[in-house]
Amino acid sequence: MNIKVLGSGCVNCQTLEKRTAEAVHLLGLDAHVEKVTDYAAIAAYGVMTTPALVIDDQVVMAGRVPNVADLQTLLGATR
Amino acid sequence: MTLDLHAVPLRRSPWRLWGGLGLAVLAWVVAYRVNGPLWRWVVDDLFGFDPNSRWGAALEFFTYDSVKILLLLGGIIFAVTVLRSFMSVERTRSLLGGRREGVGNVAAAGLGVVTPFCSCSAVPGFIGFVAAGVPLGITMSFLIASPMVNEVAIVLLYGLFGWKIAALYVSAGLAVAILAGWVIGRLHLERYVEPFVFETTLRGQPVDLSGPLSWAERFAIGRAEVGTIIHKIWPYLVVGIGIGAAIHGWVPEGFFVQYAGPDNPLAVPIAVGLGIPLYSNAAGILPLVEALHAKGLAVGTVLAFMMSVVALSVPELVLLRRVLKSRLLGVFVGVVAVGILMVGFLFNLIL
Repeated sequence: MNIKVLGSGCVNCQTLEKRTAEAVHLLGLDAHVEKVTDYAAIAAYGVMTTPALVIDDQVVMAGRVPNVADLQTLLGATR
Repeated sequence: MTLDLHAVPLRRSPWRLWGGLGLAVLAWVVAYRVNGPLWRWVVDDLFGFDPNSRWGAALEFFTYDSVKILLLLGGIIFAVTVLRSFMSVERTRSLLGGRREGVGNVAAAGLGVVTPFCSCSAVPGFIGFVAAGVPLGITMSFLIASPMVNEVAIVLLYGLFGWKIAALYVSAGLAVAILAGWVIGRLHLERYVEPFVFETTLRGQPVDLSGPLSWAERFAIGRAEVGTIIHKIWPYLVVGIGIGAAIHGWVPEGFFVQYAGPDNPLAVPIAVGLGIPLYSNAAGILPLVEALHAKGLAVGTVLAFMMSVVALSVPELVLLRRVLKSRLLGVFVGVVAVGILMVGFLFNLIL
């Protein structure tokens, strides 16, 4: 599973990255969490509000920071 | 596959949800009504300050204004965020795609007010708009209106200055955004946009996760937004209200009439010039603006100051430099500053 956190390094993006890592850990997933900070790459995903979460090249969430429990559900549903 | 947060339904009985909202509204109204008399009693009677003394006036302003602004902000942000959860940047973009200049600038400025958009997303937003074919000038109208005319500014202006000034500010802000965007479009400056913006190909479906949310989810988003914004702006608020309180207590009545009254033609340019490097948002700058106005600074001058603080800021310009070459960035600052200057002069003339 490949997980990307899209965001230019704002506070929300860092929070999302931390929570995603925690959710991955809690679910015991074998996943790689990658950070994408390049604006062109972010925009190419069609995302206009950061932070956003991409799982296996699919944008699943944009523009807000869900809590760890919601992230677990998101990650679990995609598995 | 599309999925979003309603993969995670929030379950709560409708009674608890709407009853809770009703109680919160009631508590809010009571707190708002009690705020003034309570602090007057605490400052004047409990601590024995003379309301006309310097410390008395400053303390009363600080306590009363802090609580009042926090209450206004909490209420407004919650209501607007819930309403805005029906809108999204993606929807705005599809509404703006293929618009002609003129009408498009008007639509973009109007949508800039109602679309949930944070200036931290200015760059991906800009790329998303331009790469999807929204003309440069129309995109600029959106980006100028969005921080300048927002719900926080409108309701605080209404709360502190009354509806006339609030309405003036909104129409002036929209006019600046429409005209500045239109001028930038007419100048055909597309070659000063960093080339990678046009080379960005948007793959797949545009993302729109604003989807059908339940009321419980909308309320939860609203509550979270209140927390986030207040957490983010409280330092600005405390500094703004603190300076405002000092001005209330120590600056003599009518001080600014002498130095920066409506007759002084330099007052507006100086106010706009001071506003550009200053970085704050509407909530932080308004207590200061209120205090300056109370001491005789003309309405046009204070509104121009506020617009320049919120619409033009160094951090945002640094961000935009990633997508705009210096030449276009300079034109952007120049055109917006000239628009704000005109607003300031016009208001000082007619009010």
